Amino acid sequence: MALDWFPLWLSLRVAALATALSLPAGLALAWLMAQRATRDRGPAGVMAALPLALPPTVLGYYALALLAGQGWLRFTWPAAVAAAMVQAIPLLAISARAALEGLDRNYERAARSLGASGWRVFWRVSLPLARGPLAAAAALAFARSLGDFGVTLMVAGFVPGRGEMLDAALRQAAESGAGAPARVVAVLVSVAVIVVLALAGRLIPRQVQG
Amino acid sequence: MIEARIRKSFRPGRGGFALEVDFQAPAGISVLLGASGAGKTVILDAIAGFLRPDEGRIMLDDRILFDAGAGVNLPPRARQCGYVFPGYALFPHMTVRQSLAFAVRRRPRLERHRRVNETLERFGLTECAARCPPELAGSERLRAAVARVLIGSPRALLLDEPARGLEAGLRAELYALLRQLRAELQIPVLLATERLEECFELGDAMLVLRAGRILQAGAPRSLAERPASLEAARLLGIFNVLPAEILELDPQRNSSRLRLGEHTLIGPYFPGKLRGDRVWLCVRPDQLQAWPGTTRPGPNQIPAQLLRAVELPHSVRLEFSGELAVELSRAEYERQKHNREWLVEFPPHALKVL
Repeated sequence: MALDWFPLWLSLRVAALATALSLPAGLALAWLMAQRATRDRGPAGVMAALPLALPPTVLGYYALALLAGQGWLRFTWPAAVAAAMVQAIPLLAISARAALEGLDRNYERAARSLGASGWRVFWRVSLPLARGPLAAAAALAFARSLGDFGVTLMVAGFVPGRGEMLDAALRQAAESGAGAPARVVAVLVSVAVIVVLALAGRLIPRQVQG
Repeated sequence: MIEARIRKSFRPGRGGFALEVDFQAPAGISVLLGASGAGKTVILDAIAGFLRPDEGRIMLDDRILFDAGAGVNLPPRARQCGYVFPGYALFPHMTVRQSLAFAVRRRPRLERHRRVNETLERFGLTECAARCPPELAGSERLRAAVARVLIGSPRALLLDEPARGLEAGLRAELYALLRQLRAELQIPVLLATERLEECFELGDAMLVLRAGRILQAGAPRSLAERPASLEAARLLGIFNVLPAEILELDPQRNSSRLRLGEHTLIGPYFPGKLRGDRVWLCVRPDQLQAWPGTTRPGPNQIPAQLLRAVELPHSVRLEFSGELAVELSRAEYERQKHNREWLVEFPPHALKVL
């Protein structure tokens, strides 16, 4: 049986796009949360962590309900991107918040006392200083998007040749007894995720010390 | 001139910390002296705008930086206060030149370029302008930190323990740099430190802080001569503080008699004190004299047993029984160091009471 590369290609594309689109929102959320330097993160913190804690199918159900009015969007790859973003944004926000909070606050304060606006402090000081951990957070979000099954299945569904994502293809291959393609797909995904995680691991220690 | 009246409570009622200060800092160096937790950094942060006081008002020259009553609270970037943080907080990802340019980026391009070059030259940083902080030597980091805050022509300079962790050579360089700036700049400089020597080395004025309150303010020399309270004297740590009782006061002959333990001392007249008052006798170790021997004590001498001798850079500090300390020159001590029994003499003019 010839190996169908489409699901792998689609999954990579969806994960990359979801990560890229989640970055601004995730960073903005992280920045806002890091500014509140209290232990109690309040409702915002709970809401941010919720998508990570809820079972993916529950999330997928909510996403379906939200998309109910937009029937054209269901079972398309943009829907899969949106579904991946639901998990990528909080994951990014939470890891990026830790990265931003780990920075020596005096760098930001020094920049502010030198006349920099909040945006400029973030762009010129916080972001470059936390680039290692932030890139690691993005890599994790990418890996998560690539491996997501529940939300994607609920929202993007399983339409062979169109909305067929990697995990769905793998399940189908395994169920139909197509052992060889299933093995290849599983190994490929594992290698991709290992590469991404190894990159993420290499990025973290690059955090600059004063 | 900085005029600050600041009240700020942290966790009130639960063993928290409360700061309540009111002071003025004219052009020149004013040293905030206090132990860790005395409130030095809170004061600097309130002036720089990183911390909002509960009440009060902060003025810098003719500008209101903060006024609780009027609801004014300028953000840090509008306050024009140069702040040198502990460890300097030089941006690790920027070269010295980029750091300086960051501080003047609002100026037109040509002026920015000129100012950066002038500042690099002025602080001897031209050679290392293209290097990042991790590649700089200690002395270069120090100059880069000061250059970065001064390039924007701040109206006040705030320094939070700039000498902490510096070796002696670098510390001397920092002091020389600050003295030079004091002569050139004519802006108020607030320097927070735990080191008394910095007050005398640099301070035009000093504020002695303890637990969020100013115990005493004034010129360092006058504080060393006349501590205002027992707390201030103890905090400065340069005094023998001994319990005594006033036996006699004679304003006409400008003299007094005091009982110190079982001994009697002659001192000057103490205005505002009454006979029978229990007071704290305050005298600096370097103002006392000491001789070995067990002969009968002369006037203003009391016998004391030497407990230990502590080597200081330029002298020896002798610690006697009865919590009495005397500083002697090394040569003087070397001649007589094998004695246990000594006589300590209190020159009358050196005696202060609180």
